[in-house]
Amino acid sequence: MKALVRSMMVPHRIVLLLIGVAIFGWAIYALDWSWLPEYIQNGLLLKGLWTTIYMLVISWAVGLFLAIWLGLAQAAGPWYLALPAKGFCSVIRGTPLLLQLWFFYYGLGSIFPHFPSIRESWAWEYLRQAWPYALFSLTLSFAGYEGEVMRGAFLGVPKGQLEAARAYGMPRFTILRRIWLPQAVRRVLPTMGGETVLQLKSTPLIATITVLDLYQASLQIRQDTYIIYEPLLLLAVIYLIVTGIIVALFHLVERQVPSKRS
Amino acid sequence: MKIKSLVIAGVAVLGFAGMVQAKEIKVGVASEPYPPFSTLDSSGHWQGWEVDLMKAICKDQKLDCVIKAVAWDGIIPALKAGQIDVIMASMSITAKRAKVIDFSDKYYETPASVVAPKSATFKATPESMKGKVIGVEVGSTNQAYAKKFFAKTATLKTYQTQDQADQDLAAGRIDATIADKMALEGFLATSQGKSCCKMIGDLPYDNETLGKGIGAGFRKSDTKLREEFNKGIKDVRANGEYDKITKKYFDFDIYGS
Amino acid sequence: MNWLLGLFEPGHALGLLALDPPGWGGPLLEGLLHTLEVAAGAYIVGTLLGVLGAFGKLYGGPLVKDIAAIYTTAVRAIPELIEILILYYLVPDMVNKVLLSLGRDRIDLPPMLVGTIVLGFVLGAYMTEVLRGAILAVPHGQIEAGRAYGMTPLQIAWRITLPQMLANALPGMANLWLNLTKDTALLAVIGFNELTETSLQAGGTTKAFMLFFTAAGVLYMLISVLSGRLFALAERRARRGQPSLRGGGV
Repeated sequence: MKALVRSMMVPHRIVLLLIGVAIFGWAIYALDWSWLPEYIQNGLLLKGLWTTIYMLVISWAVGLFLAIWLGLAQAAGPWYLALPAKGFCSVIRGTPLLLQLWFFYYGLGSIFPHFPSIRESWAWEYLRQAWPYALFSLTLSFAGYEGEVMRGAFLGVPKGQLEAARAYGMPRFTILRRIWLPQAVRRVLPTMGGETVLQLKSTPLIATITVLDLYQASLQIRQDTYIIYEPLLLLAVIYLIVTGIIVALFHLVERQVPSKRS
Repeated sequence: MKIKSLVIAGVAVLGFAGMVQAKEIKVGVASEPYPPFSTLDSSGHWQGWEVDLMKAICKDQKLDCVIKAVAWDGIIPALKAGQIDVIMASMSITAKRAKVIDFSDKYYETPASVVAPKSATFKATPESMKGKVIGVEVGSTNQAYAKKFFAKTATLKTYQTQDQADQDLAAGRIDATIADKMALEGFLATSQGKSCCKMIGDLPYDNETLGKGIGAGFRKSDTKLREEFNKGIKDVRANGEYDKITKKYFDFDIYGS
Repeated sequence: MNWLLGLFEPGHALGLLALDPPGWGGPLLEGLLHTLEVAAGAYIVGTLLGVLGAFGKLYGGPLVKDIAAIYTTAVRAIPELIEILILYYLVPDMVNKVLLSLGRDRIDLPPMLVGTIVLGFVLGAYMTEVLRGAILAVPHGQIEAGRAYGMTPLQIAWRITLPQMLANALPGMANLWLNLTKDTALLAVIGFNELTETSLQAGGTTKAFMLFFTAAGVLYMLISVLSGRLFALAERRARRGQPSLRGGGV
């Protein structure tokens, strides 16, 4: 903390800080925030924020789990597993997420009328809502990007480590669990914060398929009030804060994990 | 030196490429298809009742109009920011919108109606549609109407475009949609609409949310352009051009009383 | 097999992709062209900003360094979609406000131009980081040698740093290009008729969503595969005369 304060006590930084405070003050007084209390009170913004966060957390966790297998299949699997995994990752990484979302939501939706029996099935309760498609697409997207990262991480673990484990007579799955995976995860940890922020920044796209996330909430406010910039600025600030929290969290985790500095 | 001049040249090229100095009137339509009023055909031309009417008005007033497609949910911001000069996107004249932009006189009128799958048994009332999922277009008068009368008993689902709401109605994801009657008639006339859905009925009029007919939108400062459009609407109504266009798309008069 | 055909309902589906009306192949290719045009323009803008940002971060005074840091941090922390929306309204608004206050007429900023500037501005932040890393990887002795020959800083930048960092920067730049071609899809949200928006319009009109989204996806994959190849070629060219990495050189 002390170091931070000292680093800010340089003339040009004080000026920058003052400019920042001035812009902030101007934004509060000169711009129109009269709508804000109403939408905090009726819970729209909070509901949106909650949706954004659970979409991020679940798609992150499930996506990462899938990514481990995708990475493993590419790094060590037989060709009939490696090839589909590689194909999956390239398609996900080669096409826009927006297109993937629309493909699943509107594309699948357009073929439902041809199969009326779908509406009788247990899955219909989920298929008729929008959030399962959003979660599905976000998860696949994260799995695709991280699958590629995990592939590199698995391949980056020194061969000697695995050979040593084999020499000890460890079963293959134990090698994976105790040696290969932990070392691969340690390798991706430094970039994981950034990747998570990228995933957070993808979440507003789900608003285009009617999911009420933070971005959709601001869209509705804009439609209600015809105010152009203020809801978007508030949105930018909220995302900035969430990004800050994510970066700080990963920083903390990274410090917890012991690593040998060579 | 070279880098600096490169940067300057790049900025200059980009800057000047965009400066079209002609006095064109940029008419904003929603970039999403809204049949039968404005749709994009596969050769990239906008067509439909509203597009034809716009052309007739511009011809009458000798205005050089070009169509510019803007996303519906950003169409008022686009007008205010000067990306377009006129909104002609089946926008209802409401008191709330009139606070932000100016409107021409109305050029057509439409009630709000309910459309639902063929199997539906409910009527077009909040009581009868209790617990249903209703699709509405974001920022539309129908959304405001549904919020006022239906939100307490039913679930509203908000779409970027009415076309997407129609799509989800056909897919069975929503139980009904509330929208402009004229547009819903257009949807019910398509093969998809015919096979899935039916008209449930019109909703009672509400001045606060539904407004007074459909008009063209202008920036508050553009009084001259607005008057030219008003004059144009009057002229095409008088010289029969309006009815001629209407006959192409509807078998009744949509101007209203 | 019937269900497979059902995917491409209604009608004789693949005919909808014909190049001439009533097929939607023409507009789709035009959407692809718009995507490529915006991406190429934004890439140029972003690279220029990235060069400025990287040199600013490395060699600028304390103020320049801080401003560059604020630029790269803020731009990379906020979702591109929201940046695009804010700037899409803000840029033409500002330009016209300035022009009106100077007593000039409003000008029309085409969506293509605004999209290019906005995406370029966002890309510049990422490019700054890539180029900064690449410049740092240029051996310091090379620069010192240049200085010893009496070269000016600009000469050193143009003749030594830039050509050598290019090889280091190309993999990162290739990634940014691929991300950029996909980020152009975000312009669909403001109604710009690039590839994704066109496929939605075609799907909305014909109801053959699956077909057009698949077609657009294939076109994006083509861009991705082809530009991947091109960048690999470029990198090999830029590494001419450098010790091979594979051989376990330096």
